[in-house]
Amino acid sequence: MRALRLNLLFNSRSLYKLTSLAGVRPLSEHASAKPATFKPSDTTADHLIYTQEHFALKESLRKLIDQEINPYVDKWEAERTFPAHKIFKILGNAGFLGVSKPVEFGGLGLDFSYSVAVAEELGNIRCGGIPMAIGVQSDMATPALARFGSDQLKKEFLLPSILGDKVACLGVSEVGAGSDVSSIMTKAVRKGDEYVINGGKMWTTNGTQADWMCLLANTSDGPPHKNKSLICLPMNLPGVHIARKIDKMGMWSSDTAEVFFDDVHVPCKNVIGQEGLGFTYQMLQFQEERLWAVANVLTTMDSIIQETIGYTRQRKIFKQPVLYHQTVHFRLAELQTEVELLRSLLYRATAMYIKGNDVTKLASMAKLKAGRLARELSDSCLQFWGGMGYTSDVLVSRFYRDSRLISIGAGADEVMLGIICKYMDTLPKK
Amino acid sequence: MSGRVLVGVKRVIDYAVKIRVKPDHTGVVTDGVKHSMNPFCEIAVEEAVKLKEKKLIKEVVAVSCGPQQSQETIRTALAMGADRGIHVEVSGKDYDSLGPLQVSKILAALAKKEEAQLIILGKQAIDDDCNQTGQMTAALLDWPQGTFASEVSLEAEKIKVVREIDGGLETIKINTPAVLTADLRLNTPRYATLPNIMKAKKKKIANVKPADLGVDLTSRLEVLRVDEPPQREAGVKVETVEDLVAKLKDTGKI
Repeated sequence: MRALRLNLLFNSRSLYKLTSLAGVRPLSEHASAKPATFKPSDTTADHLIYTQEHFALKESLRKLIDQEINPYVDKWEAERTFPAHKIFKILGNAGFLGVSKPVEFGGLGLDFSYSVAVAEELGNIRCGGIPMAIGVQSDMATPALARFGSDQLKKEFLLPSILGDKVACLGVSEVGAGSDVSSIMTKAVRKGDEYVINGGKMWTTNGTQADWMCLLANTSDGPPHKNKSLICLPMNLPGVHIARKIDKMGMWSSDTAEVFFDDVHVPCKNVIGQEGLGFTYQMLQFQEERLWAVANVLTTMDSIIQETIGYTRQRKIFKQPVLYHQTVHFRLAELQTEVELLRSLLYRATAMYIKGNDVTKLASMAKLKAGRLARELSDSCLQFWGGMGYTSDVLVSRFYRDSRLISIGAGADEVMLGIICKYMDTLPKK
Repeated sequence: MSGRVLVGVKRVIDYAVKIRVKPDHTGVVTDGVKHSMNPFCEIAVEEAVKLKEKKLIKEVVAVSCGPQQSQETIRTALAMGADRGIHVEVSGKDYDSLGPLQVSKILAALAKKEEAQLIILGKQAIDDDCNQTGQMTAALLDWPQGTFASEVSLEAEKIKVVREIDGGLETIKINTPAVLTADLRLNTPRYATLPNIMKAKKKKIANVKPADLGVDLTSRLEVLRVDEPPQREAGVKVETVEDLVAKLKDTGKI
């Protein structure tokens, strides 16, 4: 007992050695060490997950965005659509649609950190609709196909999607089933060596322009998580009807369709991987989808903060810049802090993911935070823009409308919370 | 002509950045500011790569003079299609005072060492707007020069250059080896594709010091002070020509 107390005393002594009241300096091996000199802050050498190639990628993509996309965004937003085939071809030529896809099918076989770099850079597009459309093409409609599809299927659908020759869309959500994916009703009934599909899909990004759809349908009568399959569905087949283009609050340049299937015949070989595993395949790609969305919105949030600083610096109220009022610059500091926190979570999850870890919990947390932070940030910044913020002429109002979707689509906030609770083991037991 | 082309690429502050003068007025703020390849240098690289694709020249060597970060600029050139790079290390005070005279001496020395047939540069850099390096390099090498090139074609042992001049366009024929400087309309630089960016990783960048080339970096110029341009004042509207003349007389303009 005494030995233990002495031990503890010794430990606490060594602790106090460092913070001694007697004013003894903390132990330093190199008392005459040189003062820390910091590298110039524009070195990209010490980034957590990015290498020089990542930065070269971003620079090239940025040029492409500045020349081929941003000059036309206002026009496309007004037209409620954008030329997907044209833009995807330009991106495909430059290699940006198949970053993490297999080399044999036109991809670059790089790890997910490169996809994150692309997602981040796409956040420089002056709207949310086009990055979302690109994300569907590169990281939502194609991952399962790339991983589990047959070579023939990959040649027919994956290769042209990576090259930018074919526009893809994802058919999962339905009018009656969004968050509850397992309750979708679209049926694919086997007849010989074909499936006959009946049903419909909702919220289909790129839906009015797509050449093919990665469709999730019920292919048998088993339990709801084991009876679904992913099918590569050409959109020009008889029986596929684009019912309408949905008029939305934001994401205007992205065409979103409601699609119906009326006895559509598709060959059985168009099933991706194994029949019945569609639900599992779909779930697997969610980690990437969510981290992608986070990476994308972080860049835009930075831009909104910077534009708000720029505006409030030159706009005067009560004889001084709006920015000089403490409530404004303090609030922007709070928001920037939160952005950096989320960015750190993104890089941490990405770093772990490319090493082969399951990052479902972190990815869900990041997506949850991204949606909520985007709402808070756009709301606060819009307020600081005052009347101008309320007009259609500024990015902040577009961001306010566009970013609201993040808490709803690609997994609603409530679904994210459910996943996190599952990992925290706090859900009620059955 | 099936030789080697040297392309100079300069790392400058990105054209879209809002420039701010340092509080001590010794220069502009560069720390933490976005930098990229000088737009005219991009056009120069594009022209060199095009010549190689047409099989008119054999090798494109990208050269940049500056600190560590200049290597990023060379990598961009490699990603656009240059074969290898040479990084001439200049940093600190030497870099602050680096100008066309020093760079042209370096390029001349490299051209001799590499036995280059052609040097292509951007007509000017967007940070100092000197428009001197190409001309000085040609003079040091005693080579002909085709500056402000908006069209370049190789014919046998000569180069036909269409130049953009004040009066319009001038076409000249010069002997090789020669120095060309690229003007805006020479071409549209390609996007560095991701496959080429990854391939560029394997391409070599050699490290050289100015002293190795026998170049003295001492500057003949000393920057005394850097100031922002005066704030543009609001204009004044006048009703008649008489008013205008009177106002101009009043303010001592005429």
